[in-house]
Amino acid sequence: MSVKYSTTPSGTVTGRLAGKASLIIGTILIAGLLVAPYVFYPAFLMKALCFALFACAFNLMLGFVGLLSFGHAAFFGAAAYATGFAAKEWGFTPELAILFGGLVGGAFGLLFGWIAIRRQGIYFAMITLALSQMVFFFALQATAVTGGEDGLQGVPRGAVFGLISLEGSLPMYYFVVAVFLLCFFLIWRIVNSPFGAVLKSIRENEPRAISLGYRVDRFKLIAFGLSAALTGVAGGTKTIALQLASLTDIQWQMSGEVILMTLLGGVGTLVGPAVGAGLVISLQNFLATSGLPVTTVVGVIFVVCVLAFRRGIVGEFNAFLGRRRH
Amino acid sequence: MFELIGIPPQALFGQLLLGLINGSFYALLSLGLAVIFGMLNVINFAHGALYMLGAFVAWFLLQYLGLGYFWALILSPVIVGGVGIVIEKTMLSRLYKLDHLYGLLLTFGIALILEGGFKHEFGVSGQSYPVPSTFAGGTNLGFMFLPYYRGWVVLLSIVVCLATWYAIEKTRLGSYLRAATENPRLVQSFGINVPVMITMTYGVGVALAGLAGVMAAPIYSVNPLMGSNLIIVVFAVVVIGGMGSIFGAVVSGYMLGILEGLTKVFFPEASNIVVFVIMVVVLLARPAGLFGRER
Repeated sequence: MSVKYSTTPSGTVTGRLAGKASLIIGTILIAGLLVAPYVFYPAFLMKALCFALFACAFNLMLGFVGLLSFGHAAFFGAAAYATGFAAKEWGFTPELAILFGGLVGGAFGLLFGWIAIRRQGIYFAMITLALSQMVFFFALQATAVTGGEDGLQGVPRGAVFGLISLEGSLPMYYFVVAVFLLCFFLIWRIVNSPFGAVLKSIRENEPRAISLGYRVDRFKLIAFGLSAALTGVAGGTKTIALQLASLTDIQWQMSGEVILMTLLGGVGTLVGPAVGAGLVISLQNFLATSGLPVTTVVGVIFVVCVLAFRRGIVGEFNAFLGRRRH
Repeated sequence: MFELIGIPPQALFGQLLLGLINGSFYALLSLGLAVIFGMLNVINFAHGALYMLGAFVAWFLLQYLGLGYFWALILSPVIVGGVGIVIEKTMLSRLYKLDHLYGLLLTFGIALILEGGFKHEFGVSGQSYPVPSTFAGGTNLGFMFLPYYRGWVVLLSIVVCLATWYAIEKTRLGSYLRAATENPRLVQSFGINVPVMITMTYGVGVALAGLAGVMAAPIYSVNPLMGSNLIIVVFAVVVIGGMGSIFGAVVSGYMLGILEGLTKVFFPEASNIVVFVIMVVVLLARPAGLFGRER
């Protein structure tokens, strides 16, 4: 999207001071993650973290390259099935199964990217959507691998490196936290690397990036592959944590949901998508017992987001800080 | 009776007819999408939900007011078009200055609201809508059995598509419309109210979806998810035809419906994805679609 996401370019929110502040905030957040399972239901937290990772990985495309993919559910779902299958049928340990899921997600990402990157904007969104629908129908029909309508149930959690059992909810939770932080760090590194700088320049002014001699399509493709692979890790981790991979993971509505999470939290911000994911998952949890139509409420939030605050929660917050400093 | 490549002709022509019917809906829906995209540069994600709304309005009219199919055929598109005008006036029009993707996201949200609401009220099982008595029964053509209603659907959709194409390509209003897609400011300076034209275009495009909904009601069950299942295929059809191309939308709509029907005969496992496979092939060969212009 050719829209400015924050009023202050990331990194220049007055240098060192902000660096120190974000270090403190980061430490508090990590500490919060560590004590959270004593306050909240671990299964809920694990789900929220997996979707937070999904949204952050998705944002790597939308927020930092400016490409709206409407097919990320395909990577999430395909990796969910791949991980579940590897853990269940081949007896992979959880970390290997998730890694396999990430590879499957990444492979699909490169394939999608190879086809879709020829077009931009709305065209790109539609093509990714249609491609993901192919993967959905494949999952629906390949019942031997995916279990069809039933999905893959009772996926074993296993033991990390064959040593640490994940059967208990606390070890499982801390494993998910570890995966999340590792991937989040990776995303942070990608965004703040020379490679990330090129991506942002493509977002801001693609013709100029081309004229500077960058092979833009190749950068986009690599970013797409990375985003899909990280999405795959999120999907695989979700399968191990919740012991289930189903058609919901791979339906196009899931692609829409991750867009909402990202938009709500703040497109193009690092933590925004995670915040948005946490909010959406909490909301769905809350609404599930309230008797209100979940989809409708989610739709209303979507519409309000698009109409009224496109910068999202974290984006608005950053803008607010930016205004105060000047 | 003769046989074609080992397939009994009844099955072959039956699937061909089914494909032609599906193609009629693809054509009507992608026609509306193309009209809206051409003028507003918005991919109307709510199109499927508004098609569903059209079918439900027909059902309401019959259930609560006792108004039959032909009333619905007139009233339902008007009502759905009215809903579209409200959507455009209150929400979409605020987004034109921004990236076009926001239009897609907004209409996606609207689709969620509509579908979620109807799902909450009516469940997913669906309501049945009787075939109008005028079109009860059918005729045996010798090689296949043709129910009258299905024949009517194909006929009506072809007429509507032709009429829309004529209105846009051959009339004065249509020429304003096409001029406004090229250069809205210039057209405005000739004293033509472009914002109203945009609103009406959205209304008409959406009314086409409503009309398709009424036509679908007696064939498929009227249920909240009927639109979301169909719309992705229609998106692929639009991409294949070339986005914004009216002609491309209509032709590829019928073509892909028939092709899907044929796939069901010869290779049933692939029938769900054949449209997407074709989309990929077309994109690799012609990124702008079969009838689209590179922009």
